[in-house]
Amino acid sequence: MKLGGGDILVQFLQDEGVEFVFGYPGGAALHIYDAIFRQEKVKHILARHEQGAVHAADGFARSTGKPGVALVTSGPGATNAVTGIATAYMDSIPLVVVTAQVASPLIGSDAFQEVDSVGITRPCVKHNFLVKDVKDLASTLRKAFYIATTGRPGPVVVDIPKDITDPAVKIPYSYPEDFSMRSYQPTVKGHPGQISKAVELILSAKRPMVYSGGGVVLSNAATEFTAFCRRLGFPVTNTLMGLGGFPATDPQFVGMLGMHGTYEANMAMHDCDVLLAIGARFDDRVTGDLKKFCPHAKIIHVDIDPASISKNVRIDVPIVGDIKQVVSDLTRELDAANKENDATALKKWWNQIGQWRGRDCLQYDRGSELIKPQYVVEKLYEVTGGDAFVTSDVGQHQMFTAQFYKFDKPRRWINSGGLGTMGFGLPAAIGVQLAHRDATVACVTGEASIQMCIQELSTARQLDLPLKIICLNNRYMGMVRQWQEFFYESRYSHSYLDALPDFVKLAESYGHVGVRIEKPEDVEGALKEAFAMKDSLVFMDFVTDQTENVYPMIAAGKGHHEMQERELA
Amino acid sequence: MRHIISLLMENEAGALSRVAGLFSARGYNIESLTVAPTEDSSLSRMTLVTRGSDNVIEQIKKQLNKLIDIVKLADISEGVHIERELMMVKVQAANAEQREELKRMADIFNGTVLDVTDKTYVIELTGSGDKLDAFLQTIDQSSILETVRSGATGIARGGKSLRV
Repeated sequence: MKLGGGDILVQFLQDEGVEFVFGYPGGAALHIYDAIFRQEKVKHILARHEQGAVHAADGFARSTGKPGVALVTSGPGATNAVTGIATAYMDSIPLVVVTAQVASPLIGSDAFQEVDSVGITRPCVKHNFLVKDVKDLASTLRKAFYIATTGRPGPVVVDIPKDITDPAVKIPYSYPEDFSMRSYQPTVKGHPGQISKAVELILSAKRPMVYSGGGVVLSNAATEFTAFCRRLGFPVTNTLMGLGGFPATDPQFVGMLGMHGTYEANMAMHDCDVLLAIGARFDDRVTGDLKKFCPHAKIIHVDIDPASISKNVRIDVPIVGDIKQVVSDLTRELDAANKENDATALKKWWNQIGQWRGRDCLQYDRGSELIKPQYVVEKLYEVTGGDAFVTSDVGQHQMFTAQFYKFDKPRRWINSGGLGTMGFGLPAAIGVQLAHRDATVACVTGEASIQMCIQELSTARQLDLPLKIICLNNRYMGMVRQWQEFFYESRYSHSYLDALPDFVKLAESYGHVGVRIEKPEDVEGALKEAFAMKDSLVFMDFVTDQTENVYPMIAAGKGHHEMQERELA
Repeated sequence: MRHIISLLMENEAGALSRVAGLFSARGYNIESLTVAPTEDSSLSRMTLVTRGSDNVIEQIKKQLNKLIDIVKLADISEGVHIERELMMVKVQAANAEQREELKRMADIFNGTVLDVTDKTYVIELTGSGDKLDAFLQTIDQSSILETVRSGATGIARGGKSLRV
């Protein structure tokens, strides 16, 4: 079959099994949009801003494990997409972002809506391509999907000049089944010698600790990983990105670790003698001061990216490979070893952890007359039966959700961990709801974050998506305010939000339902009522305590054992 | 420690900027960088000289390997190797005494005079960076009009070779 470039792109997406393309049209993309118009298989989701389009594709990808696809025009279309691309890059999310480009002869001439998209996106993509010949289009797209979804996943940008998509220039097309990339061959299987060493070390542990991250979720290894941890009986902590990789309601789960992790998770990190790090990257928000990090521990690190190993923390037993594969191999090796850990030592260790747990580090003032954000998240958890997809924006509400919504399943907690992108939650929720039409999708946000992509309420209206938006409205950029209180003697420089919109009316003006909740006793009822409205997007504006802070906390320069805890009167 | 890293990469537009961008984005230093196509026209070979602690060098190598366009990488300074740099120096050679002295120095350093005018010489030298530095320090500083250096290139000694 002979097709023009625009039709090749769309036909390729069909052949690749892509269901949704999230995008926004513009001059350089018009040939492509015309090709989209002339077919029905690939559904185009019109966002209201390119950042929203990429975040929606990202939410789709995070909740399904399939690559998200976005399509934007040249120039501002591409630059608007950059925040979304960088967000996906930091969290290793597979995306293919097609950026239209001005026609080849115009490249470099400062043409209308021209920007060097390949240059601008280079530091925040796994790889990018500029298609210079329509004959290369299909094979380039094939490579783009392959790179995005294999190894350590990530976003790939394909920049396509307008003349390449010209419908008048038709060439033969078939889906490129075979292609080779001599320079890209990710390691899947862990080194057997390293796996044996790891098992030996695991079995010798007296105070073991498992620290797992987003890699477990990304490699769809939660089932194997959970079985492996239960078999060992070790305490398990998750990073912000790893939540749901191990069931939060399991007694072996000691909560999230790091800056706003639990006391027990962080103390166990500090005191452990063997640390098994799986699909986590020793991020600064997790490790605290590196000089004080796990001072007594031998560390095993399983990761698909060799560059993650010994990047921040020196590793004793590195294993490069796909988590699912490596965990299966570790389990097999463990079975073959036919040995158990020192049960007495393990019991003593659990007793110690039990004492730390007893401090109830997440406690807050439950008798307050103001709505506490933690209380809203607790009730959200109850009302949704712990089984919702929950997206979030960035800040205090994100931490409260991570602490109080107990995720038992992977791919349910959708947030921007690495880049910390405010504005992520609402568009991501759109992508999640499209992928899971019958599921409950909640977006926990703040009045500051939600305004960064508020325009996507219009997209949700057009698509009739019954999202539930839980806005924890404290009239501050809460996390900024908290840091200013702690570290800048309460000089609240530009962290107060004056002149807020009436979110109820705002939601209504977009055709949604808006509710304002001002008293703690109304929280549960409002949530129940909202979640019972199966066909409507409900924007719940919870007026919360302005002074609430996220505890416990590891301040800058402190170690895991130096947490600041809440003092209750 | 100073390291010489040799790379074979896809001979594609943008490959160089990926390497350069990686170094600036991650704050690694580049002492010199040379790049040219190889006998296989689909490949370019780059020689990169950098400095850093063992940890930093390990990260540099891993991050380079992670770039999709990089086909192969070798730290040739880890083994016995040959390092060469090309330099051309334009010097003032206006009188007989200057001309004689510069010619003699060029001979001592195995250099060649490539261009002669009534007032100037262009002297070509190859060798390690140290040797080139030594030449520049030895000749009369005020006679130097211009220098251009290629940056280091290198190759492993013996049977080891970097190829696809």
